[in-house]
Amino acid sequence: MEEYSITVNGKKLDVQALPDMPLLWVLRDLLSMKGTKFGCGQALCGACTVHLDGQAVRSCSLPISEVGDGKITTIEGLSEKGDHPLQEAWVEHIVPQCGYCQGGQIMTAAALLATNPKPSEEEIERAMEGNLCRCGTYNRIKEAIQTASRNL
Amino acid sequence: MKNFIPFLKNKNPEDQSKIFVPSRRDFLKISSLATGGFLLGVNFQCAGPKGEPITFAPNVYISLSSDNEVILVAHRSEMGTGIRTSLPMIMADELGADWKKVKIIQAEGDEDKYGNQNTDGSFSVRMFYEPMRKAGATARQMLINAAANKWGVDPSECTTENSQVLLNGSSKKVDFGGLVEALQTMELPDPATIKLKELSEYKFIGTDVPIYDAKAIVSGQATFGADVDLPNMQIAVIARSPVVGAKILSYDDAAALAIPGVSQVIKIEGAGIPPGLDKPLEGLAVLASNTWAAKKGREALVIEWDLGPNQSYSSAAQLQEMAKSTLKNGKVSRERGNFNSAKSSATKVLDRTYLAPYYAHATMEPPAVIADYRGDGSVEIWAPTQHPQWARGAVAGALGLELPKVKVNVTLLGGGFGRKSKPDFVVEAALLSKAAKAPVRVQWTREDDIHHDFYHSHSAQRIVATLDSSKKLTGWNHHTVFPAIGATGNAAELHPSSGELELGCRDFPYDVPNIRIETHESAAHTRIGWLRSVSNIHHAFAIHTMMDEIAEARGLDPVENALDLFGEDKNLTFEGELEGDFGNYGEKLEDFPWNTGRMKKVIQDVAAKSNWKAHKDAGKAVGFAAHKSFLTYVACVVIVEKDANGQLSIPEVHYSVDCGVGVNTDRIKSQFEGGAQFATSLAMTSAITFENGQVVQNNFDSYQIIRMPQSPKKIHVHILPSTEKPTGVGEPPVPPYIPALANAVYKLTGKRIYELPFKV
Repeated sequence: MEEYSITVNGKKLDVQALPDMPLLWVLRDLLSMKGTKFGCGQALCGACTVHLDGQAVRSCSLPISEVGDGKITTIEGLSEKGDHPLQEAWVEHIVPQCGYCQGGQIMTAAALLATNPKPSEEEIERAMEGNLCRCGTYNRIKEAIQTASRNL
Repeated sequence: MKNFIPFLKNKNPEDQSKIFVPSRRDFLKISSLATGGFLLGVNFQCAGPKGEPITFAPNVYISLSSDNEVILVAHRSEMGTGIRTSLPMIMADELGADWKKVKIIQAEGDEDKYGNQNTDGSFSVRMFYEPMRKAGATARQMLINAAANKWGVDPSECTTENSQVLLNGSSKKVDFGGLVEALQTMELPDPATIKLKELSEYKFIGTDVPIYDAKAIVSGQATFGADVDLPNMQIAVIARSPVVGAKILSYDDAAALAIPGVSQVIKIEGAGIPPGLDKPLEGLAVLASNTWAAKKGREALVIEWDLGPNQSYSSAAQLQEMAKSTLKNGKVSRERGNFNSAKSSATKVLDRTYLAPYYAHATMEPPAVIADYRGDGSVEIWAPTQHPQWARGAVAGALGLELPKVKVNVTLLGGGFGRKSKPDFVVEAALLSKAAKAPVRVQWTREDDIHHDFYHSHSAQRIVATLDSSKKLTGWNHHTVFPAIGATGNAAELHPSSGELELGCRDFPYDVPNIRIETHESAAHTRIGWLRSVSNIHHAFAIHTMMDEIAEARGLDPVENALDLFGEDKNLTFEGELEGDFGNYGEKLEDFPWNTGRMKKVIQDVAAKSNWKAHKDAGKAVGFAAHKSFLTYVACVVIVEKDANGQLSIPEVHYSVDCGVGVNTDRIKSQFEGGAQFATSLAMTSAITFENGQVVQNNFDSYQIIRMPQSPKKIHVHILPSTEKPTGVGEPPVPPYIPALANAVYKLTGKRIYELPFKV
């Protein structure tokens, strides 16, 4: 077990973990932050997406030992009141069905809009390709990203 | 046998529902729902099967608080269909509630209290539309009576709106909350005096109502199966039998126990063969303080397995045998006319074989569940379950407990599609919590989910269709063979049940004079379950791609062909043709007739809305199919094209649907949008295969589901206006989509599709 000090949603937090423990389980099991979801453990589905210094990363495949000083943002910390333009657009378009993958979808979309505020349809599709949705909400996700992009 | 499949329930609570004010004792038992408020119960089962009275048992509640909150209990599981919103919304609409002041509480699993909670078979709205309306209307009448009393006016002069009672033609109004005290001493109105609203009076029903949980979901605050934390909870990751029926001979857990965080290793005894629908597989569980340590612990286990009789099983070999068996005479399940004579006088015979693979559910949330077995011999569960009552019963059975000792809380489900009906994973957690003397979360990995599912059965079908010299379709002989769901509980079940055959096969609706439906034997070598629309998936694929060939052979447009083959508008009964009775998804034909006129209307509608006849754009092709399932009429048009790289894309899909009264139209649309995506995966990307008794695929790299770039782009859902009884929409989008897509691909490429999944 090693000691790590990480920054999550602006807070410095100390945890004890095996160096290879993925950030996902640090968040969920050690810090009891349940917004980030486990989907595949292999960076194949995107349910666990968080931001590391503003970049979308799959927390299931990022060992705690590699987080370093990087600033982590999770879905709980994307906005203070759940009112990020994407979160509002997601509600407006009633995107979620079961909802399980949506936190990860929103985090990937937020990283996209941060670097490319006016993405084309094809750019949205490319950016979102790594996020699976079994309920099939892809079209509403796309529409919500386009709405948020207009409202930025 | 007909109703052995749990989702085909005959129970129709509509006739039995009774509304009541709970006694003071019951009120106190559930007073956490409505402290100091007013409570209204709906009893769905006030009489037993023979009409005998059963124990008084409150179930679905409306409660009103003095601070003007309306609290509604959702008793069905939310797995993405929107049911947690749509049923309470019906009550709220009758009540005249302000939706913004409605709070929804999820019911625990308790059949006595809540009636049927098996969220499956697309029947929640169908089954509970009337009871929910009656409950809301009764509460409305009581509020109106209370206000009328207070004002000294006749109740008929009052209405409700936005959680207030209004006196017509005056400015007098009172909040629901202001009437709560008066309600507490009030008698229930005579049920005969309760008037339900007309469709035109509804404010929510028939509109797009946003789901109740949207804000919680998008801010990461919603609670799913793995999201409950208990003090001192252990996390279990389980090494399960790699082959169904395998048993542990010996194991060495020393390396696992040496991993920091791992606390113990516990064996779970499996059911063997048959594996059962509600039992765990044999396994060795590693318990640890966190998921990662448990997972590493599992990797460090050394287990010697007796793999048992399924160790040589190859799905490819079985599928070949199944296909071969369709060349022989089978067990006849439906017979009309004389197919053999139709064949001998035919001028054209189409004889085709269709293959479809096993599918895994692959819910985005793999099974995860929390159990807390306590010193007093009770156990509390938090589970993403579609069927909390089955989970409760299975846990009670496995632990030898009385039912009241088991409490099952239902979390949100990160997808269900039939997987989370089965309580095997819930039983695992309960057994482990008891053995470990600690709360336990069982966490399935994605690999566990792909390797140990209750799979949609692979299938071989052969359809022989005969045409006479006037190009009339004279004969239809459908052979279907697939390991049955029933075999998971009884290895002697070698034929599909009539229930499975009525999922799109022997309920073949076309007006053909000679029909024979046959089944053949096939044994189960894995756990077979039900997946969104169940046997309709493979049956609709085979039937409606064959219909496209028939249309071509008849020189007819596929839409014209289908309309022609439905003939005159009529109600189908299948009388005198079936072995056994017609199940009609557990409903009486008087209540839910099979009406060909309604089917023809959705076909005409989809043809018009999709501009079916005008699709002649270069590089594009259109396909059509229509299929009724779960009592909902659906027609589908899929448009395909090849992009610059030769990749198939699906720019447009049209659905026309008649599901009776459309309750929450946004959730109807979303089920169809999602259904098209789900079915695209089944058609083109997903397949489970077995070698040496083991599943070959591991994760989303090898069991693929479609991603955004490959998904159908514009999905138009046309809901036909209707005043008929509402029917469900969770499953009906899937069956017609796959053949519509396959027929479009044929038009584009000239190659017929006979096997799923197909590549272009």
